[in-house]
Amino acid sequence: MFKRLAEKGPAISITVDGKPVTARAGDTVASALLGAGIDHCRTTPVTGAPRAPYCLMGVCFDCLVTVDGVGSRQGCLIPVREGMKVETQLGRREAGR
Amino acid sequence: MAIESRADDEFDVAVVGGGLVGVATAWGLSREGCRVVILDEGDRAVRASRGNFALVWVQSKGLGLAPYAGWTIRSSNAWRGFSDLLKQETGLDVSFQRPGGFHLCLSEKELEARANVLKRLHNQPGIVDYKTEILTHDQVKAMLPDIGPEVVGGSFCPLDGHVNSLRLFRTLHAALNARGVTYLPSHRVEAITREAGEFRLATPHGEIRAAKVALAAGNANMRLAPMVGLEAPMRPERGQIVVTERLRPFLNHPVVTLRQTDEGTVMIGDSKEESVDPSGLTIGVSATEAERAVRQFPLLANVNVVRTWSAIRVMTQDGFPIYDESQTHPGAFTVCCHSGVTLAANHALTIAPMIARGALDASLVAPFSARRFHVQAAG
Amino acid sequence: MIAAADLASSYELVVIGGGPAGLAAATLAARAGVATVLFDENPGIGGQIYRAITSTPVSDRAILGKDYWDGAVLADEAKASGALIANGATVWSLDRQRLVGVSIGGKARVIEAGRVIIATGSQERPFPIPGWTLPGVMTAGAAQTALKAQGLVVEGRTVLAGSGPLLWLLAAQTLRAGGRIAAILDTTPRRNWLQAMFHLPDFALSPYFAKGLALLREVRAKVPVHRVGTIEAVGTDRVREVVFSGAGGTRRLPVDLLLLHQGVVPNVNLANAAGVAHVWNDRQICFVPVLDADFGSSVPGIAVAGDGAGIAGGTAAAERGRIAAIAAVRALRPDSVVPDTQAIRQRLQREEMGRAFLDWLNRPADSFRLPVGDTIACRCEEVTAQQVRETAQMGCEGPNQMKAFLRCGMGPCQGRLCGLTVTELIAAERKTSPDEVGYYRLRPPVKPITLAELASLPISEVERKAVER
Repeated sequence: MFKRLAEKGPAISITVDGKPVTARAGDTVASALLGAGIDHCRTTPVTGAPRAPYCLMGVCFDCLVTVDGVGSRQGCLIPVREGMKVETQLGRREAGR
Repeated sequence: MAIESRADDEFDVAVVGGGLVGVATAWGLSREGCRVVILDEGDRAVRASRGNFALVWVQSKGLGLAPYAGWTIRSSNAWRGFSDLLKQETGLDVSFQRPGGFHLCLSEKELEARANVLKRLHNQPGIVDYKTEILTHDQVKAMLPDIGPEVVGGSFCPLDGHVNSLRLFRTLHAALNARGVTYLPSHRVEAITREAGEFRLATPHGEIRAAKVALAAGNANMRLAPMVGLEAPMRPERGQIVVTERLRPFLNHPVVTLRQTDEGTVMIGDSKEESVDPSGLTIGVSATEAERAVRQFPLLANVNVVRTWSAIRVMTQDGFPIYDESQTHPGAFTVCCHSGVTLAANHALTIAPMIARGALDASLVAPFSARRFHVQAAG
Repeated sequence: MIAAADLASSYELVVIGGGPAGLAAATLAARAGVATVLFDENPGIGGQIYRAITSTPVSDRAILGKDYWDGAVLADEAKASGALIANGATVWSLDRQRLVGVSIGGKARVIEAGRVIIATGSQERPFPIPGWTLPGVMTAGAAQTALKAQGLVVEGRTVLAGSGPLLWLLAAQTLRAGGRIAAILDTTPRRNWLQAMFHLPDFALSPYFAKGLALLREVRAKVPVHRVGTIEAVGTDRVREVVFSGAGGTRRLPVDLLLLHQGVVPNVNLANAAGVAHVWNDRQICFVPVLDADFGSSVPGIAVAGDGAGIAGGTAAAERGRIAAIAAVRALRPDSVVPDTQAIRQRLQREEMGRAFLDWLNRPADSFRLPVGDTIACRCEEVTAQQVRETAQMGCEGPNQMKAFLRCGMGPCQGRLCGLTVTELIAAERKTSPDEVGYYRLRPPVKPITLAELASLPISEVERKAVER
């Protein structure tokens, strides 16, 4: 869906569901997912429908993901960090993570 | 169900109040064959039915008025049948569950106070016998594995349960709609008179006439009851609730201050403040509720709070229900109480048939007449 | 980065939002000697219009255009002004006493403010068409954000749909960046011209006139534009096709990315939760705060500047921020020297001149605001338009009762993506006005915080006793 205009800025290694993904400095979690061509980042807690980032400005809450073990983080507001572990969130969040 | 005024229609009963007490009573009246009109306020009404905690709760009930325990248990026992009837009519499941509920204590002092309350409650003369046990930390943990180390123990009552109260609210409205009951929002009742054997209720959208009137307007009953020779002394108070995002099921029993809904959200609450400003919220009160919730269930620490709200409790001056019929205005009744969820089954299945017949059954509800306030004042 | 613990317990002025209004307001106030903090939830300042202005990887200035780069001046001035700028700082609560709840890096604080300027700007209007929740459907603003902040340009079969200046600007920026656009589905109803033409003379005098025409020419030269009356995103796991109908009948296009836009509306959540009175604006089809000439709201000490005060664009937002800041400085430090508001008001008036034309021309058709059937109205709780309509028919008069009955607006987005739709649907079913129906009553936290954060806040003895009895 998206390509990078230029591979600028230092590469940052994160994992998404355990698989390595190369992000760039300046990426948010959500933009890193889009840049890596990842199709959806969660399924809804109501019907289990797949969702992906929609607004990228903190409004829609469709980019909720688990970041470093903490669920329901807004991916579009969180800058990537080296070694960050991102997981797609399936349905309702589990208490305690 | 049209929402325009029906000044020309004849109704058997006008129910004043479209909250849970009003709609449960109206549904029961409709089942008895009455032609019912519900007069409600609008979208911005101060509405306890949108802010309640949704417990169907028995433990602790009745300290100070022993018959209240029996009345509560009667409703708790009727609740399964009530929810089945609603499901038959609407297809909607209000998710009533009665797995038994807890009151959790975070210090020895709290646990001791809890034990004392239960002892005083169950030592009252004439109290119906029902079981509430005091449990140790380990006993609680066997049933609620996620409690934190600070929970020293608590009390457990097998009769306690909960329901999805917003769905109950919607389900009753849907059932009334299907029954053809007339629902008139934005019809705040300004005055009630009785002329030529019928009641005339003045609203901003015209006058509604009915043979009987049931006042189920929560704290507003204080204003309305004197219009028909009744009284409803109230002392409203504010409660605040914190609610989380939807979580996978982790809690099999409701706790009096914390419950997981069937949708997965966790409600945390049970504060009491004197304020009657429904728009105010005290952050420190929400913080206290959150702090205790995390101590009770540490796995909730990182869970997101999506909303907090305050609501005004419907509360009579002594906290117990008022069910009355007017001597001066025959056909006028009050149905006024806190715990509109717990008592919904009674209102639908016991109180409504009495109103339909035109007389309250003293053997069941005499202790709940507002006349008790005068007895106390005299004594 | 500023940590929650580094914040003082009170500031004379708290500015919320780091877009043009917030940056201009904070700059002016701080220069006048007012102790000012600016909270912005994004990783960097700029808001949406000047998104990533201090960090964008898009170095070719022609791609994003001059109007974007104008934001660099605002950002530089704010950084040099002496205002404390906290990014990654989410304001989750504001009340009538001007207590500001803010969360930074997972730590919450409650800060006292002498005055507050809400500059939380706008968001894209909900665009509830069938399939709008599918992965691969995003807002045009989202694609623009990805371009500005990360240099991500669309790839594959991309279709833009909707109406309004941002749609055409994004198309032009995408083309300049080497991206390809398969089609633009223009939803602007032709009859909008009937109303808009009365305002054409004013628009012709506004700075947007020449820019707008040039943009349209630039895009139309390279992209097929279809005027459409219906749009549907089709797919199961993701969007595969977009189906649309217009004068030429129904057509289908395979699509990898569908970008939706039908204008922007004020982001009302924080102001609403603070108790600020709002009123329906029929020209912009949204709720706007009731404000005085200095952008002061119905709540004493709280102003709303920028597009949050009603949509007028980025340049106007900065001028509004300045006017609100001057009022704050005068209240807080009457002896301080502040710029002449007369000149600012004149500039603002010039900026706002063409707005009526743009509003009437780009007014979204009813069919794109009032969904029917199974189309989702509330994305979070997956409530359909039909459910809302039926419940309104049942006698449910307003959005707050609707919320209780259907849970619409109860999810994490707190009604941001369904509020206007639900209000308008109820109004349509009740045959009344959205103003009469009203909006959700919003409650803190307006953005989620964790239970542990809430638990960490100061608690007085009285507050504790309200719970521990």
